[in-house]
Amino acid sequence: MNESIRYAWYAVVAAFLVLIGAASYIQVVAADDLRTHEANSRELYKQFGGPRGPILVGGEPIVESVPSDSSSFDYQRVYHDPELYSGITGFYSLAYGQTGLEQRLNGWLSGTADDLFIERIRQTFTGADNPGASVELTIDPEAQRVAYSALPEGMKASVVVSEPATGRILAMASRPNYDTNLLAVHSTTQASENMEKITGKGVSPYQNPPTYNIPQPGSTFKLIDAIAMLESGEYSPTGQVSVPNELPLPQTNNTISNFRGGICDRRGSAELSWIFAQSCNTPFSQAAMDLGQDAIRDVAERFGFNDSSITIPLSVNASHFPTEEIPQATLAQSVLGQVDVRASALQMNMVAAGIANDGTVMHPQMVDTVRGPDLNVLEEPQPEVYSEAITPEIADQMTEMMLEVVQSGTAMPARSSIPIAAKTGTADIGTTGKVNSWITGFAPADDPQVAVTLVYEETDYSVGSQLTAKNLKKIVEAVVEQ
Amino acid sequence: MTNTIDSVETEQPVKKPLRITEILLMVMAVVIGSGAYMLSGLGMDQTLDAQYWIQLGVMFALAIAFHIVLRLRAPFADQYIMPLALTLNGLGLAMIHRLDLVPPGTNLANNQLLWTALSIIISMAIVWFIIDYRHMRRFTYVWLLASAILLILPFLPFIGVEIYGARIWVNLGIGSFQPGEVAKLTLAIFFASYLSANRDLILLAGRKLGPLAFPRVQDLGPLVVAWLVAMGVLVFQRDLGSAVLFFGLFMAMIYLATSRLSWIILGLVAVGAGGVIAVNLFPHVEARIDGWLNAFDMDMIYAEHGSHQVVQGLFGLASGGLFGSGLGEGRPDLVFAANSDMIIASFGEELGLVGLAAILLIFFILVTRIMRIGLSARDAFGKLLAAGLGCAMAIQMFVVVGGVLRVIPLTGLTTPFMAAGGSSLLANWMIIGLVLLISHTANRPMLAGPMVNASGAGGGAAVPGQPLEAGER
Repeated sequence: MNESIRYAWYAVVAAFLVLIGAASYIQVVAADDLRTHEANSRELYKQFGGPRGPILVGGEPIVESVPSDSSSFDYQRVYHDPELYSGITGFYSLAYGQTGLEQRLNGWLSGTADDLFIERIRQTFTGADNPGASVELTIDPEAQRVAYSALPEGMKASVVVSEPATGRILAMASRPNYDTNLLAVHSTTQASENMEKITGKGVSPYQNPPTYNIPQPGSTFKLIDAIAMLESGEYSPTGQVSVPNELPLPQTNNTISNFRGGICDRRGSAELSWIFAQSCNTPFSQAAMDLGQDAIRDVAERFGFNDSSITIPLSVNASHFPTEEIPQATLAQSVLGQVDVRASALQMNMVAAGIANDGTVMHPQMVDTVRGPDLNVLEEPQPEVYSEAITPEIADQMTEMMLEVVQSGTAMPARSSIPIAAKTGTADIGTTGKVNSWITGFAPADDPQVAVTLVYEETDYSVGSQLTAKNLKKIVEAVVEQ
Repeated sequence: MTNTIDSVETEQPVKKPLRITEILLMVMAVVIGSGAYMLSGLGMDQTLDAQYWIQLGVMFALAIAFHIVLRLRAPFADQYIMPLALTLNGLGLAMIHRLDLVPPGTNLANNQLLWTALSIIISMAIVWFIIDYRHMRRFTYVWLLASAILLILPFLPFIGVEIYGARIWVNLGIGSFQPGEVAKLTLAIFFASYLSANRDLILLAGRKLGPLAFPRVQDLGPLVVAWLVAMGVLVFQRDLGSAVLFFGLFMAMIYLATSRLSWIILGLVAVGAGGVIAVNLFPHVEARIDGWLNAFDMDMIYAEHGSHQVVQGLFGLASGGLFGSGLGEGRPDLVFAANSDMIIASFGEELGLVGLAAILLIFFILVTRIMRIGLSARDAFGKLLAAGLGCAMAIQMFVVVGGVLRVIPLTGLTTPFMAAGGSSLLANWMIIGLVLLISHTANRPMLAGPMVNASGAGGGAAVPGQPLEAGER
């Protein structure tokens, strides 16, 4: 029997060798592949529980990681004033991943960016936790607060405030918003309950409305039309343009009329400046049909339309002006900021800022400085020209016309001791009776410090139009240094 | 000395070993177990609380008690086996404690410590009270009956409980118990007892069919019945792991008794055929094979009864790498059943390949020592029982660790001495007590002359080859 016991023992030896071989393969040879497998949540857990750099506004953290009592996660991500900042920070959630700046700046915040390589080596030897880099935003906390106060509760609205000469975003807020902290909880079951609560209220925590939503821009798009008209040389601010009450659309039975009758219908012809201030429709539709689709599209694209590559570093949903050829009738409606023309609040703000900055559109930017754990500056984005959209002369003419909008036109509630240049817009949303109410402008007109854009989406005309000019004035007066 | 076994030695005193090796190893075992317990607590940011000192005290007391029992009752027993089992048990306790500390927190370590104490006490009782293990072979069919009853218990109303789809538990009121674990031991005793008595008949009274010799049906009959009972019950219990283990035990013991490799090959072919039928007949078997082969398919990972558990275990092992995260520093809790079926993955993650290989080596040495007792035992029953139990432990290790490491499909089996659960601990410590007894009897100095019969208790008659084999140790 001893022989069979010996042979059985050989089999046991073989079995254990197989096991140790398999363990070696898994833990050494295949370990890297397994660590990076898409179903492997361990790295996420590791990062999630680890420290992470703060996001700062005006030197104060709006997002930071604080030590946590939980023994499976050493840190808890905490969001301050989430209603003000939820859109731009996005969330950092175990259950739902990352969005917003938490996602876009993850390399810096988590300390995994290449520039932090030396820092990581140092920590390997000192055994310290990798705290990640801190990111200071260009947001001005006061401007952010004022801008946010322009958005009444219960509305779907966005606001963008920027510095025309640099492209720095001073404020960017939206409604509806949510409490980011609800998604940052460690418990995934709690997070999913909270997620249901948030989405149940009709809020999408995945998007930042000022850069993601692209409602129809309405008459604010006439800024583009007017530029195309002036560039053609056939129009000037003081030149007379005919103002028909109704404009028949070619090859259709439809007509274009001026907005709810009103002041435009009382004049047969008027100066372009007046037409612009009163936002008459028919002259712009006629001009667009005369100039052609490409002329309008060209101007729009110089300001950023149809460009899906803009990041600030939040990604910006591309605003849209048709590139494929459209019928004249459609073009006549499109140039009024209707039909297929779409713009984000940030896009319209780039238009106003470009005009304010003598025709040069600066690339919008939210990051001021990135600092390593030892406070050395790792990155400091410099102002960057997005495009030389228009000549200074045309920019001046546009500024004059936009001043007229506030002085005697559709944005009169924005009249202020500070010279404000602006353009309003109201886009009908199909036949719903609801509108998107817009205003975009800048101030002071002679030395622009801020460009401000407000949009109230899917609201009643009577509500939205009351809010735009009034709130533009409020923000400008709070932010502009006199 | 007053007991009957040692009566031989009172006539002609033989120097008893002082079991110094065992004392040293035993202290090491307690230090390793308690050290791991402490480190895992510290890794989880706990202070050294009363629980730690209780654990250290209990383990140390149990070790000393066992050592004293062995000195008094089985002084010639193998000195490595008890410390090896104690080391594994201590490490298991440490990992269970560590996983207890994961919020929201459980308290299984105390329960496990209680079962450890109970199991070791029963193991000591086996050494103390079973005067001569060879008497057990007289009750061949009692062991078969006992095995059958143990396997049927979970099906009885009121006490039978189904957990995770396997009906292998009984509720004792104070906790659940897996009688199948103990059936492993009783079945091994039955096989050893039957085969040691009928070995020659099976080997010689058969007929030849070509190159193969087959035993008579009536000689294999009881074995087949035993096997069918085990398999039948297991099929209904849906416990694939135990089925593989019992079948492996059956095959191993037949081979150990007969040295007929051809029968093993035939048996494996039969299993292969049975496996193919099972895959096609039972959807849960097919799902398991599928989850094994395509474990890393995203669909498979998230499927119900998919490969999530084994894949999470592999991720844990990979994150541990060569040296591991350190006790309390990894996330073994991400794996389902991290403190029982998957405890090997938990160790691999926190102690790394180095630690996992060390644990596997401890198991290997333990199995080797047990099988070595089979070599040195002087009677066929003892030989078969020790070697068979060693093989059973090796098979169980291969099934459970192989499942975790994806060498074979994952089946639910406990890791001996480590996994949380009292029944497994109890059964394995009972095995330790039994093999220590066999070892003592085997190593006891044998006196020449008529005294052989005094210790042989009639065993020699059935196995004519014995006196020759007694010499090889």
